[in-house]
Amino acid sequence: MRIGVDVGGTNTDAVLIDTTGVASSTKQPTTEDVSSGVAAAIREVLAQSGTAPSEVTSVMIGTTHFTNALVERARLDRVGIIRLASPSGEALPPLTSWPEALVSQIGDFVFLVPGGYEVDGREIAPFDEKKVRSAARSCRESGILSIAVSSAFAPLNAEMETRAERVILEEHPKATVSLSHAVGRLGLIERENGTILNAALNSLAGHVIASFEQAMSELGLDADLYISQNDGTLIAASHAARYPVMTIGSGPTNSMRGAAYLTGISDGIVMDVGGTTCDIGVLANGFPRESSISVNIGGVRTNFRMPDTLALGLGGGTRIHLDPALYQADDLPGAALQVGPDSVGYRIGRDSFVFGGATLTASDVAVANGHANFGDSSLVPSLSPATSKAVWNKMQQLLETGLDRMKTAAGDIPVIAVGGGSFLIGETLKGASRIVRPPHADVANAVGAAIAQIGAQVEQIVDYSVTPREVALQEIRDEVARKVAMAGGLAETVEIVDMEEVLLSYLPGRSTQIRIKAVGDFAASRGQDHDTSEKPELRHAH
Amino acid sequence: MRIEQPSLADLAYGAAFLGSGGGGDPYYSLLLAEAAIRRCGHFDLIAPQDLADDALVAPCGWIGAPTVSIEKLPNGGETIAGLRRLETILNRKIDAVLPIEIGGGNGLAPLIAAAEMGIPVVDCDGMGRAFPESQMAIFNIRGLSACPSVVTAACGSLSVIETNDNLAHERIARSLSVALGGIAHMVEYPMSGADVKAHAIPGSVSSAIAIGKAVRHARSDGHDPFVALANALEATGVYPHCLTLIDGKITDLERETQGGFSVGTVTIEGFGNTGKMEIIFQNENLIARHDGKIRALVPDIITIMDRETADTITTERLKYGQRVKVVAAAAPAMLREASALPFIGPQAFGLGVEFEAVEDLNTRETA
Repeated sequence: MRIGVDVGGTNTDAVLIDTTGVASSTKQPTTEDVSSGVAAAIREVLAQSGTAPSEVTSVMIGTTHFTNALVERARLDRVGIIRLASPSGEALPPLTSWPEALVSQIGDFVFLVPGGYEVDGREIAPFDEKKVRSAARSCRESGILSIAVSSAFAPLNAEMETRAERVILEEHPKATVSLSHAVGRLGLIERENGTILNAALNSLAGHVIASFEQAMSELGLDADLYISQNDGTLIAASHAARYPVMTIGSGPTNSMRGAAYLTGISDGIVMDVGGTTCDIGVLANGFPRESSISVNIGGVRTNFRMPDTLALGLGGGTRIHLDPALYQADDLPGAALQVGPDSVGYRIGRDSFVFGGATLTASDVAVANGHANFGDSSLVPSLSPATSKAVWNKMQQLLETGLDRMKTAAGDIPVIAVGGGSFLIGETLKGASRIVRPPHADVANAVGAAIAQIGAQVEQIVDYSVTPREVALQEIRDEVARKVAMAGGLAETVEIVDMEEVLLSYLPGRSTQIRIKAVGDFAASRGQDHDTSEKPELRHAH
Repeated sequence: MRIEQPSLADLAYGAAFLGSGGGGDPYYSLLLAEAAIRRCGHFDLIAPQDLADDALVAPCGWIGAPTVSIEKLPNGGETIAGLRRLETILNRKIDAVLPIEIGGGNGLAPLIAAAEMGIPVVDCDGMGRAFPESQMAIFNIRGLSACPSVVTAACGSLSVIETNDNLAHERIARSLSVALGGIAHMVEYPMSGADVKAHAIPGSVSSAIAIGKAVRHARSDGHDPFVALANALEATGVYPHCLTLIDGKITDLERETQGGFSVGTVTIEGFGNTGKMEIIFQNENLIARHDGKIRALVPDIITIMDRETADTITTERLKYGQRVKVVAAAAPAMLREASALPFIGPQAFGLGVEFEAVEDLNTRETA
């Protein structure tokens, strides 16, 4: 059996999943020390289902800690930055265009050293061990414990980065090294930015992962611990402690993956309605569709794979702007009514009418209409049928507009309604073939964490005039499948979920950049080495 | 006109739009220009009329694959080294620089040299948009020579090209860029101030800045950025017509290789049953058909943009499922002349149709 946990800013949710599905679930407040909230949530799902700790084989946790730390610029480490690319790139040193407040926290310890690769695999300059050693020594003498290493075309050849890591650790054994090829894809600045952010999270990551492990030992759980990543796949907790930046987009991913699992729908739209927003995402092949726009994290440009979501200002606490004189109107003029986009947010339990407050919210209208049943409906001011209907219809129109924007095909598609505010989604929506409301929809996030898969990706540049396209694609497919299995995925479940070819138009022949991503179900057996940090060396196809 | 920090992002925005899907994402060029301005203060943009007739003006830009340029970044010395060598060859000082093409990253390329050498950038360019090859510049069409031309790279390598044929020059430069790792800097078509006044596309740099500024203001004021873009573009006088061709989602994307170019077709299905648009591209977007009817043709500008942010999506970054608007704009008049169309019109790209202007292809009612 496995347990999925979602640690949010307000609530810590947990679910226990056995062979038949969700056996129990809970919502508990998130605690200051993190670990006691996680422990309380896990204890509750074990108690509810009468499960002994020894029956749990794995625990999967999704967390927003690292995202929050970057956005709040709190608890970040100073970072030594070594780039292997000179003489190229000197015009654009690391940290170019970073917010000054962030630079002042992580410091300006930048070392530009010779190295890196050309697109065809040649070296831009040979590896210079002396210069790397001297950079590592400077870091040690300045008391810097976290070091970020980047190199030109590292996603195609990681050799120089791993050599640099060996040299740094010889010179500075207490250092933790973040390597760019483990963090991002092509685009040196964005990948390097992600690597530096990762290095800045180093101490916090160690602390958070240790608190998760502490929660497990408090409960006497001897299970494998995994953390969910941006793309809905898992990494071992030990790897997440080293590469925390890979988890920063896991929230929306988990909720969409959870929705897919709870309904069995692999292609459709997920609407996750919370207190303030409705986040709409697209499920394609069981996974969230990724954003095509560069992702800005705490003011820094990155190229992480993140789900493409649209946030509408409509949630349970959304304010309904309407003159009280019109509450009883027989025919409400359209311009008199405005839904949101502001929300009473976490104050919903105090400010909305159903909970004794004096602000008309989306929840009040839903309760008055009989679409939801909580609080005290008698406290909601009486609305005429026309007014009540107009407000409800306006909310449905907002949802329909969002749905139409996110859909990629002309026909109607299924909509999965999840989240605590999903009662705002009516029985039908224009553009939706049906509205599916699965049980446990309020803890879809934790479900998504529990069912996360093992994934791997290979990125390579191939000249099709040298290696025929079919041969090249097959080789890469085999390689990525091997990586999934090696990382703990069940070989027979490995599936290619994404393939991207971009022709390098100005290069000779038919040079093409290929990116293939595969996932596999998590192999549940114990005792195997599930560490996904092992990265097979990428061969160059030329 | 003095160009300072905020105008750079505006220029990058406008250059991306004028790239017609090509020229690469100007983000890295923008970072370079910002760094140069931080070092050197500012640079000056002058009108072609402000040049002396006998001034020496050097167009410049990067040649190579946009996909390589995001990984192998410039050393910073390439541009200056090329310009200094040209001065040595011609035995005189360069008075001003200009972008060989305004579209994409190259629209910002000469700024760095200008800031560091303390010379102005001329408000004009050689293409009025982006094109895949050097001989598609208006300077070749008007009979100027590309040489002497200097190609430099991050490693410090420098090559001088002397040919009497501009197509041969393009082929040699292309091979050099490949040998140098897929990206190199090139100074080409050195010319007099009189030639700039007679042959360059005037006003393209300030046009790019103007549309970038209009969209920036529209965003911060909560106005429709597409309306702001169209109004600002038409107000430049250089690009006199602009309209949105369709608002929809990418429902199909096919790419293949033909003669060393990225050739493909993208299909966009309009929201609310507004039909289907098919766009054929070869690095840049070349032709847009709406339910089979031609709505825009090269050299007019066809740009696919994110429908929410109004950011340009270059052809190498198109993806299935993106929600986009397609915006078309009239090319500068010089590119539509009968003498120019054989070099840069539909037939130069093997499309097999005659050029028709975007404003004639879209009557008021269909627009």
